[in-house]
Amino acid sequence: MTTKKHISLEELQVPSWVERNQSTIRQMKLYMHTFRRNSSAMLGLGIVIVFLITAAIGPWVVPYPEDAQGTIHLEIKLLPPSAAHWFGTDEVGDDVLTRVIIGARVSLKIGLIITGIAILIGVPLGLIAGLVGGRTDELIMRFTDVFLSVPGLILAIAIVGALGPGIQNAMLALSLVWWPGYVRLVQAKTLSLKNSIYVDAARSMGASNMRIVFVHILPNCSSPIVVKASMDMGLAILGAASLGFLGLGAQPPFPEWGAMISYGRNYLPDWWWYSFFPGMCIFLTVLGFNLMGDGLRDILDPRSRE
Amino acid sequence: MLDIRSLEVNFVTKSKNKGAVTRAVNNVSLKLEKGDSLGLVGESGSGKTTIGRAVVGLNHISAGEIFLDGENTLGPNGKFDKKFHLRAQMVFQDPHSALNPRMTILRSVSEPLILHTRLRGVALYKKVSELLEIVGLQQQFLYRYPHELSGGQKQRVCIARAIALNPELLVLDEPTSALDVSVQALILEFLKSIQAQLDLTYLFISHNLAVVRYVCNKTAVMYLGQIVEQGNTEEIFNDPKHPYTKALLKAVPLPKSGQARRSNPLWGDIPSPIDLPEGCFFFSRCAQAKAGICDKTPVPVSTLSDGRQVRCILFQEGDIL
Amino acid sequence: MSKQPFFSIRDYRLNFNTFDGVYQVLDGVNLDLERGQSLGIVGETGCGKSVTIRNILGLLPSPPAEVISGQILFEGRDLLKVSKAEMQLIRGIEIAMIFQDPMTYLNPVFTIGNQMIDVILAHQRNKPRANKMSRRQAGEHAIEMLRKVHLPNPDKQMNSYPHQLSGGMRQRVLIATALSGNPKLLVADEPTTALDVTIQAQILDLIAELVEDMGLSVILITHDLGVVAKVCDRVAVMYAGQVVEYGSIEELYDTPRHPYTQGLLRSIPHPEISVAKLAGIPGHLPNLLDPPAGCRFQDRCAEVMPVCKTTPASVSVGGSHTVACHLIRQGGGDA
Repeated sequence: MTTKKHISLEELQVPSWVERNQSTIRQMKLYMHTFRRNSSAMLGLGIVIVFLITAAIGPWVVPYPEDAQGTIHLEIKLLPPSAAHWFGTDEVGDDVLTRVIIGARVSLKIGLIITGIAILIGVPLGLIAGLVGGRTDELIMRFTDVFLSVPGLILAIAIVGALGPGIQNAMLALSLVWWPGYVRLVQAKTLSLKNSIYVDAARSMGASNMRIVFVHILPNCSSPIVVKASMDMGLAILGAASLGFLGLGAQPPFPEWGAMISYGRNYLPDWWWYSFFPGMCIFLTVLGFNLMGDGLRDILDPRSRE
Repeated sequence: MLDIRSLEVNFVTKSKNKGAVTRAVNNVSLKLEKGDSLGLVGESGSGKTTIGRAVVGLNHISAGEIFLDGENTLGPNGKFDKKFHLRAQMVFQDPHSALNPRMTILRSVSEPLILHTRLRGVALYKKVSELLEIVGLQQQFLYRYPHELSGGQKQRVCIARAIALNPELLVLDEPTSALDVSVQALILEFLKSIQAQLDLTYLFISHNLAVVRYVCNKTAVMYLGQIVEQGNTEEIFNDPKHPYTKALLKAVPLPKSGQARRSNPLWGDIPSPIDLPEGCFFFSRCAQAKAGICDKTPVPVSTLSDGRQVRCILFQEGDIL
Repeated sequence: MSKQPFFSIRDYRLNFNTFDGVYQVLDGVNLDLERGQSLGIVGETGCGKSVTIRNILGLLPSPPAEVISGQILFEGRDLLKVSKAEMQLIRGIEIAMIFQDPMTYLNPVFTIGNQMIDVILAHQRNKPRANKMSRRQAGEHAIEMLRKVHLPNPDKQMNSYPHQLSGGMRQRVLIATALSGNPKLLVADEPTTALDVTIQAQILDLIAELVEDMGLSVILITHDLGVVAKVCDRVAVMYAGQVVEYGSIEELYDTPRHPYTQGLLRSIPHPEISVAKLAGIPGHLPNLLDPPAGCRFQDRCAEVMPVCKTTPASVSVGGSHTVACHLIRQGGGDA
């Protein structure tokens, strides 16, 4: 407790990057440690990493790159899994393994786009609804409720039905189905945060509403959004696969997992590998994202912070 | 320097069927001179926090006016004029939630400066370091997060943030209620020491009479949105006049031996501010109440010879019992 | 020696095993209480006062808490070692507890009457059939308890929900519930901290009345030295898991000997007298993961000596007054 003192610029020791972010680094270490102890979360993380790597390097490691686009080799069609074709071949002779690997890339893209659009629409709406309140809140929430009351997949099917099948329309449809979840989440969090004392403090300093939203409320909402997004990745991929299965998403010869299961349906149970491997991939990927999301929720829960 | 005239703040409860109006602040008038430290004392429902918030623009005003240095805080559009943010700042009650948990101390304390000055970069860093120095925290705290600091340290950060813009008036809303006694003493000492140094006037809101006696030279006791007694601290504490003030002082347990166990305390509960009676609000609990008079007619404020103001029928001119 | 004390804690050491490490939360707590007396345990945040009394009724989850040594003796039985079945017979019936925030300890979806009757019926579990109360009798008993705590209109209030009552009234309901088993000992953990001043005075008066009328023994935990002085016979001051001073109200408040107690008393502003300057105690709690040996107050003590850093002290300074400070031996430590 000293009197006002002017610090000369030389005395100011602006600390290094490491020192400045010491707290964050410590926090990250704590997160990683807690995460590491959760074996199912680690399993989930492992699966997701495998998925991501597969998607990333896929095109360069596939044994039969041309098969991804559906080149026809009728002479080797429907061969069971063997050394040459680990996952067997499909009805036009394409290597199932290749198509599955490229399918990973497709799925990742689908998942990211759907989740991304859902967040871009849902989060701002939720923030506005929560912050402004009153009529606007009512309007937005009721509009959201309408979307939520229709089963997601049915709605997606309806939209695709209207727009015509194809992977683009499928992604659009699923995004439209997904955003309400984010609105609800963000609106609830915003409502509770907007009465926090630090928001009051910011207001008493003259902060504008925009500033309060972006600097004070949004960062404190980020944890639930991250958790939901990671779970949603898996579910979005599943959703796209479902549409693909119904023939409303990816069209042949596009290597999308759901579509592949769909074509393979006709060849069950004798030529099981055609549907089985894409199906396993969907299962594992969704499982992986779910487990990882659960683990993230555990570590981001404020109670585990101290 | 702070002049509150006939302030009324009403809140309408949201449920549309009832439309009940909570009269949080009823016809309150206060004056603070520069350099004063006024203690606003009361229990829950007294409206003291509402007044503090209204002064810094966080609550609307239903009637009456607040003048800061002669200027009305409400601009021509009926809303709080933003320029007063530079002149009146608030230190909030719970230091644990008054700081954004996602922002470093540097960012939290910089916020008022970013909003109202052109300081950026190294100059901003310098100013924040100086502010922290004033409140007794070293530079190493700049990049820490609130959860790494103790209660006392957090409150110092809040004080640093509040004085960043060199305000004239600081509204302190229970600044030490959430802190341990040993820390509270240090913070209170600190607040007293910077008051003269930084030329500050304090509006000190608290339910703790002992703290108010220590820090404030003037006191106003509130009950259900009205001021029941106000004047110089020493006079009020040495010789309380209003029955509520007397009951309040008697109710505080003292840290000394030899107190009577059974003390015959003030009975009854604090009534709800929604359904306020016509006459004296304290009637239902007052030992000296006169039925027929106290509960029917609104109570005028009497000014006593020592400059004190008391809102009680017992003290009307020539009627002191 | 005289008969065993009604209630005593002997050399109680407790650790918390967490992710960060082992917190040595309690380091040899010693306390006594006679029947019909009231003991106040005072301290600031982190001193271990709440933790100490939670295990009286076995309310500390056992990992992470780990009792290293010590006994909590109640009428000759060690509460740390009784079986679950025995503890069920003690909880609420012989020893009752009330807590800080009445709103969080009452279920908002049930009426007061319902909750009280539930508790009373639970107490009947182990009584012989002839003595068991019926639901109706339990209801009457509840109303009587509410009357005892001076709740206005007890029969009507039985049908109220917690949110319809004020803070003071809720705390009375909790006290009534605690008394319904006719306990010998009441443990109150910060019962008035969340209440307004005038309401606090009412509750403290009520507790004093119950002690007088029912011969109830009380252990009161608080951070407020004023509350303890008003209501209790004896007081123990705790710091960082150690009892630093222990004695009667007169002994401790008139002649505090431990530097921490003195510091605390000098830090409190008085509503009655004008105080020139508040002292405060600079510094902060020691890290309980790695507490210093000897006296845990050593880092903040103005008069620390080398011996303080190695051995803990416990000096009797006359009457029932004990101080954990080496300064006494040296003839110092005067207020």
